[in-house]
Amino acid sequence: MPESRSTILQQIRAALGRGPLSDAAAAALDARRPTHTRIAFDEDPVGRFVTRFESRSGTVARVSSFDAIPAAVDAYREAHGLPPHAAVARPLAGLPWPAGFTHHPGPSGVDEQMSVTPCLAGIAEIGSLILASGPDSPTTLNFVPDHHLIVLPAGRIVRHFEDAWALLRALPGGLPRATNIISGPSRTGDVELTIQLGAHGPRSVHVLLVADGSAAAA
Amino acid sequence: MDVSSPRFKEKAVIALANPTLRQALGQSRKGFVNKRAELVAALPEFEALRDQARDVKNHVLENLDHYLERFDSAVTAAGGHVHWARDAEEARNIILGICERVQARTITKGKSMVSEEVNLNAALEERGYTVVETDLGEYIIQLAKEPPSHIIAPAIHKTKEQVSDLFEAAHGGPRKTTVADLVTEARLVLRDKYFKADVGITGGNYLVAETGSSIIVTNEGNGDLTQTLAKVHIVTSGIERIVPTLEDVSLFLRILARSATGQETETYTTLSTGPRRPGDVDGPEEFHVVLVDNGRSKMLGGKFQDMLRCIRCGACMNHCPVYGAVGGHAYGWVYPGPMGSVLTPLFVGLDATYDLPNACTLNGRCQSVCPVRIPLPELLRELRHQQHQRGISPPVQRRALGVWRFVAERPGLYQFANRLAARALKSLGGREGRLRHLPFAGGWTALRDLPAPEGKTFLELWQARKT
Repeated sequence: MPESRSTILQQIRAALGRGPLSDAAAAALDARRPTHTRIAFDEDPVGRFVTRFESRSGTVARVSSFDAIPAAVDAYREAHGLPPHAAVARPLAGLPWPAGFTHHPGPSGVDEQMSVTPCLAGIAEIGSLILASGPDSPTTLNFVPDHHLIVLPAGRIVRHFEDAWALLRALPGGLPRATNIISGPSRTGDVELTIQLGAHGPRSVHVLLVADGSAAAA
Repeated sequence: MDVSSPRFKEKAVIALANPTLRQALGQSRKGFVNKRAELVAALPEFEALRDQARDVKNHVLENLDHYLERFDSAVTAAGGHVHWARDAEEARNIILGICERVQARTITKGKSMVSEEVNLNAALEERGYTVVETDLGEYIIQLAKEPPSHIIAPAIHKTKEQVSDLFEAAHGGPRKTTVADLVTEARLVLRDKYFKADVGITGGNYLVAETGSSIIVTNEGNGDLTQTLAKVHIVTSGIERIVPTLEDVSLFLRILARSATGQETETYTTLSTGPRRPGDVDGPEEFHVVLVDNGRSKMLGGKFQDMLRCIRCGACMNHCPVYGAVGGHAYGWVYPGPMGSVLTPLFVGLDATYDLPNACTLNGRCQSVCPVRIPLPELLRELRHQQHQRGISPPVQRRALGVWRFVAERPGLYQFANRLAARALKSLGGREGRLRHLPFAGGWTALRDLPAPEGKTFLELWQARKT
């Protein structure tokens, strides 16, 4: 309600003992780009990403090139006894998938067991992945299936959150509708603080780390 | 939610005598406190990050009107809607209005303390909506028809056996007895609800003025399923939860999980910016943010402004010996522990909440772990001061303080009384030098002896040394 908006703003200004900010003061606030302390580390970012991600029960498989992804997906699928079917995000649909493997670009339905998606970047600081939603990366693929496989080219691993924000801001439409920072499989500690994986989201998050120098298919 | 804070003492006594609660609370202290300590010890930057987080929050509060307006414009530019709620009733009516307009039937909810604060579930259920809490802890207490007892671990007071009982009653058998089986059962039950939901309601850990994004930080992924699969996503958040830029978000992400659950990061951090876009195959068709004031703007500019820095991590209650002994329900409203003992009197009034600021030992552990350095003991002391000024404290205590003041303002009388008391207590202490009973201090001596003084006051000893 418009009157609520103005009442709240008036109350805030009255409490602060001033009127609305001048244009110059407002412009100075808008131009503020703070530099906060970042977490220092000496390790190589790729190594740090893998160690941190695996520390939270995420798994990582290294693949030599984009063309090697279907075989890595197939190996994962067989190891987990999953049917030859997955939601595969559009940028990965053109890979040489084996005969008999069927896939669709999403969204993910309630019975989806596996998805394969790209990501915007990996963040070495804490070993997390950042995914930007859009037609090429539907959000349901990140949360509904039991198994989420994420393709991450090694060259897309950045050091800190701040580096990932720069990539987000540079996207054609600006920030996507949903930006998902994913740090491992879903978990809960809500029963006696016992950590249990697979609360509501994927029980398993598996990164396919594509070696540097491989041409990006995405 | 009804305020039962006036019954704090009574509820604390019941809690202290409850072995099941003691068992459940014992687990939590080990978990959260130790894990946080390990991570903080391993992070040399942590104290600098706390300083910066405090400073950013102060900067936001000094310019809150500006950042709220920027956030509003950015949400609108992204195709979303911002609603401003002066109080709890207005917040409820805004949400009821949206649910009615879209002809909602099933409403899923991610964890939101603001929705507890404005008593949203009762209002929705009264209108006939099916409301499903999806955070496992919230789901458990929804089945138990209880309020949360902790702001980030709402069912921390429940043991596994109690959860088994609740699930068996709600879902039918066979009874699940392991944590893994209980979690799987909840996962399967809730899965269909996400897909059926017309409206998904979540909280907002941070609202980013620069981008118009609301952020949730979770471990389970329930908040994401809630906000992705429902046709309409509604965010409820306090007006103080604004951060200016994404750079500031990184700062808070570095301290939140470490302070809250003792994790380096929670599993999911999600920025939601507007509704589904052209070409998107999923995501909500509508995106709403309800900005709730409900007493916050009145805290600005006054003695309690520091409390508005709170990022709702729960570290203060994890480290509070009183919370650890009595649990969250005794506090009688939405927010328990040290932060709740400050917020509850400010939100619901000093009269109904007399015991809360007084049920604090002023040991300072809460302040020592608060990631945004809120001086919680000072704020609690200030509340006691205001209780005294307004005549809310008990008459006996007020008279006793009056007598003490009369004596303390007269040094001769004060020293005489001290000398008398030191000698009297020494002789009462007998050969053992311990007092088993003491008039007016039965609460102290009921559980332990009081060591008797040596017979001379400090001043007497001092003067003896000088001569």
